[in-house]
Amino acid sequence: MIPTVDYIRILPELVLSIFGILAMMVDPVIPPHDSKKPLGIIAVVGVLAALAATAYQAQYYGDAFFNMVRVDTFSVFFHVVILLIALVVVLSSFDYLEVQRITSGEYYALVLFATVGMMLMTSAVELVLIFIALEISSISTYVLAGFRRRAAESAESSLKYFLLGSFATAFFLYGVAMVFGATGTTNVYRIAQVLSTQHSVVVYLAVALMFVGLGFKVASAPFHVWTPDVYEGAPAPVVGFMSTGPKAAAFAVLLRVLFATGAPGWFWLVWVSAALSMTIGNIGALVQNNVKRLLAYSSIAHAGYLLVAFAAAKTTGISAAIFYAASYAAMNVGAFAIVAHLSGRGERYVTLEDYSGLGRRSPLIAAMLTIFLISLIGIPITGGFFAKFYVFSAALQSNLIGLTIIGVINSAIAAYYYLRVIIYMYMRDERTEAPVARIPAGLGAAMAISLIATIYLGVLPNRVLDNAVRAAQDLLR
Amino acid sequence: MNAIDHNIITIVTFLPLLGALLLVFFPRRDRDIRWFALGISLITLLASLHLPWYFDRGQTGFQFEQNVPWISHPVIHYHLGIDGISMWLVVLTTFLTPLCVLISWKSIHDRVKEFFILMLVLETAMIGVFVALDLFLFYFFWEATLIPMALIIGIYGHGRRIYAAVKFFLYTMIASVFMLAAILWLYAHTNSFDFVTIRDAIQNSQVAGFDTAAKWLFLGFFVAFAVKVPLWPLHTWLPDAHVEAPTAGSVLLAGVLLKMGTYGLLRFNVGLFPDEARSNAPWIIVLALISIISGALVAMVQPNAKKLIAYTSVSHLGFVVLGIFSFTQIGVDGAVYQMLNHGVSTGALFMLLGMIYDRRHTYDISEYGGLATPMPVYATFFAFIMLSSVGLPMLNGFVGEFLILSGAFQARQVFGIVAATGVIWSACYLLWLYQRMFYGQITHPVNKTLADMDARERVSLWPLAVAALVMGVAPNLWLHSIDPSVAYALTQFNNGLRAAAPAASHITHALMQVIGR
Repeated sequence: MIPTVDYIRILPELVLSIFGILAMMVDPVIPPHDSKKPLGIIAVVGVLAALAATAYQAQYYGDAFFNMVRVDTFSVFFHVVILLIALVVVLSSFDYLEVQRITSGEYYALVLFATVGMMLMTSAVELVLIFIALEISSISTYVLAGFRRRAAESAESSLKYFLLGSFATAFFLYGVAMVFGATGTTNVYRIAQVLSTQHSVVVYLAVALMFVGLGFKVASAPFHVWTPDVYEGAPAPVVGFMSTGPKAAAFAVLLRVLFATGAPGWFWLVWVSAALSMTIGNIGALVQNNVKRLLAYSSIAHAGYLLVAFAAAKTTGISAAIFYAASYAAMNVGAFAIVAHLSGRGERYVTLEDYSGLGRRSPLIAAMLTIFLISLIGIPITGGFFAKFYVFSAALQSNLIGLTIIGVINSAIAAYYYLRVIIYMYMRDERTEAPVARIPAGLGAAMAISLIATIYLGVLPNRVLDNAVRAAQDLLR
Repeated sequence: MNAIDHNIITIVTFLPLLGALLLVFFPRRDRDIRWFALGISLITLLASLHLPWYFDRGQTGFQFEQNVPWISHPVIHYHLGIDGISMWLVVLTTFLTPLCVLISWKSIHDRVKEFFILMLVLETAMIGVFVALDLFLFYFFWEATLIPMALIIGIYGHGRRIYAAVKFFLYTMIASVFMLAAILWLYAHTNSFDFVTIRDAIQNSQVAGFDTAAKWLFLGFFVAFAVKVPLWPLHTWLPDAHVEAPTAGSVLLAGVLLKMGTYGLLRFNVGLFPDEARSNAPWIIVLALISIISGALVAMVQPNAKKLIAYTSVSHLGFVVLGIFSFTQIGVDGAVYQMLNHGVSTGALFMLLGMIYDRRHTYDISEYGGLATPMPVYATFFAFIMLSSVGLPMLNGFVGEFLILSGAFQARQVFGIVAATGVIWSACYLLWLYQRMFYGQITHPVNKTLADMDARERVSLWPLAVAALVMGVAPNLWLHSIDPSVAYALTQFNNGLRAAAPAASHITHALMQVIGR
């Protein structure tokens, strides 16, 4: 008999699944060529309900379902982050879908299912369950990436993501199998117990394999090659989703796998991957003219900064990583909401040229995008600044001087390409006729949420930071 | 301490930001926006006058302090405070901003709202740099000045504005990440971002690993500040930024942003790392001397008047660095005073050039000549300000340069002698500039009918001219409060030296040599 409290511990996932199914059931009722906005509204309500469920769940910390799921500050923190990402993505999809003439209602259901998978990834403490959750989120995202059916690059994006993604999850699964072989269990905390008493060479290989799988999901070098193409082809709001949600969830899993298990031998893996991601991401971004590709490379670079926090380890490093994931989500999802809005029918307007003179054509959008970009650079009053500061501070506390220097030099390089976007928006004359539609309500709400979050994290990060620290402590317990 | 004293710095710092936020919601009526920006900046000026008015000269250390925990983990405090050094820089900032609003009244006619928002945000960030006593907070404000300034140059500037804006941005950004690394190292080893705490910890040798790291930390801070000052050979962004920036941008850039560099050198490089400052002083002074001379020589051959003035900044700021690294009471006094002078004189020169640019849309000296005839008032103002910049006795520039040179002579005669030639050069290039622009025949017929300064332009220049005069005849009004703070800083500096010196006799010997006693 499973106690009721166990269901509370997966309540957000349950709520969201129900709303996802609801969206699929309502879909056929809507005439084929009508707006699918009602589904979007269902999705928004679902996400809000799941947020409420998360808040409720926060009073019931503990394990559930035979120690497969654990609700603690760590999982609740990531639940909130992921749900807010989903909220912004759904809100910014309302008008995007209509502009793109995407009429399949499954879109919203898939977003919700993907969200369920990600949330489960952060609360699962059992490697097989983690794998299942990972697959739930991945498969939904593969489909979402191909939603611009008429565009060849979208199909390419979907296929590439699918092929490489399955390959990567296979690596993860191999790793899980080896861990099981070495320790006789797949429960993260049991593994920790076993590893504290016995040593096994296989575990090193297992950790490396799992790192490969998750490294793919977070787009860290050298497992990043898919990122630019996939991001370029996928629908812009979906890219906003992919680059933040699965990333946050995969980082959460990585935190569990590396720290909660007390697994050995990952330090140099993480170190090298961090240094490579930052460098490759930033240098790649320097030459991009397509904003989506630019943000794809930037996303690789940010994965690198996050891994710096991993390398720093201990409570400070983990909480820095958690905080970074949240700030990155806020600014990146906001930036992509704007990119989606500006892209126009068939995503024609996604190059830097199309952004020229935006400051004049649409001062509000330009100002908002500027703030998100400033945050991505890491300049004060934004979350991005504080997150980066926190990460490097943690790194120096762990005496990672080399990595810190690589990191700060990289963030100086990075300033250039973000600045380029700002330059095009404000300092170049308009050369294209790329129209800017008025800001619809949904997008307005989406931008407001991410903007407020970005500034809030930069000016009053205290509460979130406290929670991040507590999450880190919970994780290590 | 009453509530106003307690909060005054916060008020002064964030009033402009509040104004900027209100401006965001303003309708796009340019006239109202200008008046509003002027009003806000004037209120800020008035509020900032509270500081010198109630400043306690007898008290060393920081005043009007406000220290509340901001972020608990890592430990970051919202710690503001001023001493006699930073106080006047704050007032300089609030004094120049309303004048910048006035000078941009007509020359900025496109995207007016954004311009004044940027300017007010910039003002908050600039004041913040001078009042922050927490290293995190300092870096926070330091970086926050970047974007508004880059945008002001890039959007409202002239021909090669984008190039100039990017260059400005990247130079500063790249240099300041080294400072960030140094700040983070200090935090990792002292568990504090607080300036006073860190300084005391270093003085009492409580920082593990400091002896080996100090050299790098010093350099980390130094690079960030040297780019900002700018010190030769890191000065190449400055001429571009100045030439392309709109007038108000140049005024704030020269008047305030460069002082952030020299202020940082004095507060952090000298304040936190006395030993390193001492041992690195010789080559830094050499760089300062090169700045003084090369800045002056390059200025002399510029065909572009604005570029000429830009290079004079390199030269004048070289004096400030020289004064700081003389480590003498009189030299540092002079350096601080010269920071203020330079803000007033060079700010005024840029404003004057902006006025003529509004009329003729060129900075080429060869386009002018004989301007004294059609524009007598303008010519008079120009002469007055130019003389203050040259360092004519009774005007402000003289006091600063005199003090710095005395300090340099005390430190080492040869420094003083070389630097003193800089005074001669500055007379050369400025007087020559004046001669070419204002005397002789009018070579271009358009110049015959140029209108003289109107009321707004006069209003924007009078305060600067008066300041130049008062600062020249009554420097004690300022030095009164600067002097004790400098004395205190130097005492700390010398304490730090003794405490950290491993081989006292050797260091003392070296000291004697450097000081020349």
